[in-house]
Amino acid sequence: MVDLADLTTIEQPNWCPGCGNFPIWHALKSAIIELGIDPFNVTIFSGIGCSSKMPHWINTYGFHTIHGRPLPVATGARLANTDLTVVAVGGDGDGYGIGIGHFIHAMRRNLNITYLVTNNQVYGLTTGQTSPTSDRGFSSKSTPTGVIEVPINPIALAIASNATYISRGFSKELNHLTQLIVDGIRHEGFALIDVLQPCVTFNRKNTYKWFSERIYKLEDTNHDITSKQAAFQKSLEWNNHIPIGIFYEETRPTYENELPQIAETPLAKQEIQDIDITSVMAEFF
Amino acid sequence: MEQEGISWKIGGEAGYGIMTTGYIFAKTCSRAGLHVFGHTEYPSLIRGGHNTYQVTAMVSEVFSHVKHVDLLVALNEETIDLHIEELALRGGIIHDEDNTVLSNEKKNRDDIRLYSIPLRQLAEESGGRRIMTNSVAIGASAALVGLNFEMLSNVIGDVYHGKAKEVVEGNIKAAQRGYSYMRKQGMGKEFGPRIPKTLRKRRMLLTGNHAVGLGAIKAGCKFYSAYPMTPASSILHFMASQERRFNLVVKHAEDEIASINMAIGASFAGVRAMTATSGGGFSLMSEGLGLAAMTETPLVIVVSQRPGPSTGLPTRTEQGDLRFVLNASQGDFPRFVIAPGDVVDCFYRTIEAFNLSEKYQCPAILLLDKYLSESHKTTEQFEVSKIVIDRGLMIDDETLEEDKEFKRYKITATGISPRTIPSQKKGRFTATGNEHDETGYVSEDKAIRTKMMNKRYRKFRHARKEIPEPTLLGPKNAEVTMIGWGSTKGPIREAMRLLKREGIDANLLQIVYLSPFPKNSVARILETAERVVVIENNKTAQLARLIMEETGIEVKEKMLKYDGRQFFPIDICRYVKEASRIG
Repeated sequence: MVDLADLTTIEQPNWCPGCGNFPIWHALKSAIIELGIDPFNVTIFSGIGCSSKMPHWINTYGFHTIHGRPLPVATGARLANTDLTVVAVGGDGDGYGIGIGHFIHAMRRNLNITYLVTNNQVYGLTTGQTSPTSDRGFSSKSTPTGVIEVPINPIALAIASNATYISRGFSKELNHLTQLIVDGIRHEGFALIDVLQPCVTFNRKNTYKWFSERIYKLEDTNHDITSKQAAFQKSLEWNNHIPIGIFYEETRPTYENELPQIAETPLAKQEIQDIDITSVMAEFF
Repeated sequence: MEQEGISWKIGGEAGYGIMTTGYIFAKTCSRAGLHVFGHTEYPSLIRGGHNTYQVTAMVSEVFSHVKHVDLLVALNEETIDLHIEELALRGGIIHDEDNTVLSNEKKNRDDIRLYSIPLRQLAEESGGRRIMTNSVAIGASAALVGLNFEMLSNVIGDVYHGKAKEVVEGNIKAAQRGYSYMRKQGMGKEFGPRIPKTLRKRRMLLTGNHAVGLGAIKAGCKFYSAYPMTPASSILHFMASQERRFNLVVKHAEDEIASINMAIGASFAGVRAMTATSGGGFSLMSEGLGLAAMTETPLVIVVSQRPGPSTGLPTRTEQGDLRFVLNASQGDFPRFVIAPGDVVDCFYRTIEAFNLSEKYQCPAILLLDKYLSESHKTTEQFEVSKIVIDRGLMIDDETLEEDKEFKRYKITATGISPRTIPSQKKGRFTATGNEHDETGYVSEDKAIRTKMMNKRYRKFRHARKEIPEPTLLGPKNAEVTMIGWGSTKGPIREAMRLLKREGIDANLLQIVYLSPFPKNSVARILETAERVVVIENNKTAQLARLIMEETGIEVKEKMLKYDGRQFFPIDICRYVKEASRIG
C-alpha cells in the first residue's frame, strides 16, 4: 500500500504562502493513495510555471519539461510504456497559451493521460502578466489598459475537441478535487481537469472569495454528463455562476488500445538486442 | 561512354510517374547485376513542373550521378529543350512525335540519335491509359540497351505490388509494347551503350533514408515521431510501413515541437526513440534538443538538409545547416553530429548514433541532405552479425542500494550517471530542464552549476576516444587532398576516378564526425597534405570555418556550390585540374 510518506520528498514546495497550488498538490497525492497505485508506476509530467514545479515534490517519477510541452513528452512516455500511470500538470499559460495546439491534439488522440491545468488566469512565475484565461478587461503589466481579447473557454474547447473526460475543480474544495482526479485517472482515455486556482500574489480579481461566492457543484444539479449539448450549455456559465464537477464523460477506445504492436508487451519491455532485419533487406533486392 | 554501362534519364511533367518509372529502370539495372545510382530532381508541386530521374548504371561501382546522358527519355518537349546539351556523343533520345515538335536543326544533328516512338498510341493500344506512356518508354529503353524483358516485367510487378491488378498488368503490357516496337522496327542497332548480360551479382538498391530507417530498426528504435517535411518524409513513410512487422510505434505528430518532445518522452521511459526533419522543422525542435541535453535523455535526430533560409528550395539539396545543428538551442552542451556520406554510412552510423546517444546520454544528430536522403544506390547486403547494441549505464533494481534520493545526475569520473526508467521500483527521480543537483532538484547554486556543466562536458572527453578517426580515401600521398562531409562523398569519389585518368592523384578526407570534432587527426592530415581543397555544397564554407575554429588551420582553396544542386564529378575534376594549372 502506498501512503503519504512514500510520496513525500526531501524538498518542500516553494510556492507563495496561500498559493492555490498547495491544495492541488495535496489532492494529487491523495488521489494516488486512494487509487493505491505504486508510486514507481506513476510519472508526472509538467511544463513551466509555478504549478509545473509540482513533480519535484511528489516522490514518483517526474519530468519537469519546457514551456507548453508536457503533453507531447507525456504522450511519448505513455506510448513507450502503457503500464505507467501518466499525469500531466501545467498552468493556463502553459496549456491554454503556448501549448494549446498540443492540448487540442491530445484530446482528439485520447491517450490514457490525466491532465491537470492549474488555472489561475495569470502568469505567476513571470510576475503577473495576462494569461489566455484572464477575463476581458483584466489589467496587468503586459496589458496595463486591460485585456482586449475574450478568454479561452477550456471546457467548451475540450468538448469541441472530443475529450472523453472533462471536469473542473476548485482549489478550495480539496475532497471534491481529489475525487475528480481519482475519476480522471480511472477514466480510460484523456481526462482534463481544469482547476480554478487563485493566485494570491498577482490576481486580485479572481480570489478565493470571488470564486467561493460563485461556485456550485454540477452533481448537485440534474446535469447529464453524457450529453455534449448539456455540457456545452454548462461550459458557457461564468461570471455569476461557475459550475465545478464533471461536465462530460464518454467511453471511446483509447489511442493505445488501437495499437496491436503494443497489445502484449509495452515498447519499453520489448527485447531489442537481436532484431532480425533480413526480411526487410530482402525487399530492396 | 568511357566505362561499361549507361547513363539514362527520363524527364516529363510532374504527376506522370517519372520517379516510379526511373526507379523501375534503376532496379532492373540492379537486378541485371550492375552498380546503380539513381538520382531524382523535382520541384515542390504535385502536378505540372519538370521532373527527372537519372540512372547511372555501371559494371564497376558508381558513387554518384554524372553530367552526361547516354539515353534521354523525353515524355514532353521541355525535356528535350532542357537536357539535349547533356547528351553524350551519339547519345539517344526516345520521344513521341505526337507531343514533341523537333526543329529541323535538332532532327539533323548527326551527334544525336532520335528514336521517335508513338508512346502514347502504344499505351492506349495496350489497353492502358495515357498515364502508362512511361511504361512504354521503359520497355523501349530496355530493348535499346539490351535489358532482359522478363527481368523488367518482374520489377514492374514488384514495384506495383499491392496495386490493382489492372495497374500491374497494364503497365507490364505497356512496357511489352514499347519493347516489341523497338525490336520489330529494328531500331537502335547502332546505339552504343549496352548492358552486359553476363553479370549475376545481386545487390540492394536503396536511398539514404531507407538505410537510416533500416539502421534505426536494427538498433532497436521502437518509437519514431515526426512531422512530414521534404526530404526527411520518406523516413516517416518507411518506418510507418514497418510498424506492425517490427512492433514499432510511429507517430505522425501535430508539429515538429511535438515530434521531438514525444521522442524525448519515449526515451525517458526507456525506449530507443528517433525523430527526423529538415532545417525548418529542426528550427522548431531546437528547444527540445536543449531539453534532451539538460535532462541527459538519449535521443537521435535526423536532419536532412535542403536549401534555406526559410522555405528555401524545398525539394533541392544543400549543406547549409552544419553550423546550425552544431549550435542549435541556447546554452553550451555536448551533442554528437554525424554526417554519413553514402547509404552504407547511413545504416551503420545510425546504429552508432543510438549507441553513442544512450552510452553518453546526449542527443545525437545525423546530418543528411536531399541528395543522400532521396538518391538510390546499390550496395551489398548490410553485415549485421557484428552489430552491438550498447544501452549504456542503465542500472537495475538489484544493483541500486537505496531508493530514496536516487542520484540520477550523480557526478562521476566519466560524467556518465547511472540511469533508471519509470516503473523501476527503485530509482525514482524527477528530470528537469532547469539546472539541477545530483538528485534532479532544481538548483541555482553556483558551485553545483559549474560541476554540472563540467560533468556534462566530461562525457565528451571520453566519447572522443571512441569516435572513429577520419580516413583518407584514395592514395595516401596525393597531389591534391579534397575535404568533404556528407553527400559530396559520392561526386568527389567519382571525380577522383576522373582525375586518376588524367594522371592526377587525388584523395579525399571525408569528415563524418563533426562533433566531437576529430581535430588532431584532421590537423595532422592537413599539415602534411600537398594541396588542400574543401568542397562544400553551401555558400560560406561551413566546414572550412569549423576546421579553422578547431585546428587553427585555414583551408584557403574552396570549391562551393549553392544553386540547390549537387556537384557533378566532372566539374570537381575540372576545378582541380584548372586550379592546378593556375597554381
